[in-house]
Amino acid sequence: MTSSIPLSHFLTVSAMLFCIALAGIFINRKNVIILLMSIELMLLAVNTNFIAFSRYLGDASGQVFVFFILTVAAAEAAIGLAILVVLFRSRGTINVEELDSLKG
Amino acid sequence: MVEQILFYVISTVLLASALGVISVKNSVHAALLLVLTFFTAAQLWILLRAEFLGIALILVYVGAVMVLFLFVVMMLDVNTEHLKQGFARYLPAGLLVAAVMAAQMIAVLGARNFGTDKFAGPAELPAGYSNTEELAQLLFTEYLIAVEVAALVLTVAVIAAVALTLRKRTGVRTQDIAAQIAVKRSDRVRLVKMPSEGSKVDS
Repeated sequence: MTSSIPLSHFLTVSAMLFCIALAGIFINRKNVIILLMSIELMLLAVNTNFIAFSRYLGDASGQVFVFFILTVAAAEAAIGLAILVVLFRSRGTINVEELDSLKG
Repeated sequence: MVEQILFYVISTVLLASALGVISVKNSVHAALLLVLTFFTAAQLWILLRAEFLGIALILVYVGAVMVLFLFVVMMLDVNTEHLKQGFARYLPAGLLVAAVMAAQMIAVLGARNFGTDKFAGPAELPAGYSNTEELAQLLFTEYLIAVEVAALVLTVAVIAAVALTLRKRTGVRTQDIAAQIAVKRSDRVRLVKMPSEGSKVDS
């Protein structure tokens, strides 16, 4: 039964997931691909929170929000990776520190 | 009881694979560990009786977005050694910020505010309940305009991704159909007037 697991457990797991993703942004700040993956992890943590509250408050609207977050995150990943490919083609690197010029 | 054990096992795998994503050297391994993270998160969602979103997460994320990530990681010839240089340098700062934030969040979200006494366990769902049906009813009545906007966002994303990565390659021989159709007879054939052989013999 879900009733035997308190809501705080789900919230704690997603808070820890969010903090792991935050640490990932700090320690991988040179690799844009890992940065994008960390952002996906953060969105996953947020979505888990939404679903947990939706279940414990008995309101399905929370799940509708998750649906839209998934949509926007998929669009964001597609455009982000397309920008990354163009960037690599023109500069030959994805190191954040070497990307210091606005001119293409 | 079974559900509690499942919850702890799934959460452990989820957090361990998330740690793996941010710490492994190879980007391909990171992408594969991210697949595992999404997979276990979907299990957690199904444990919360959100089976439609759990399956959508596997189909959309593991099936499409992660394949895209893997594709890009393998397409770009990235020097991973070089990109990992600052790892040890930023590790203390990252760990400190993450630990402080985790402590703060858990203090707020812990059992004191969101425990069983504040949020009693949800009622068991009635027999024949369909999560997909309930979600569909909300999506296609109350949130109909939002669904259409989301469809527009996806369309824009597809067009933008194609427009960004499309490139004209020079020095490649391709067929130009418009030029082929527009050609005139005078461009290709030249009529030359010259005396015939027979008339020369007669004279």
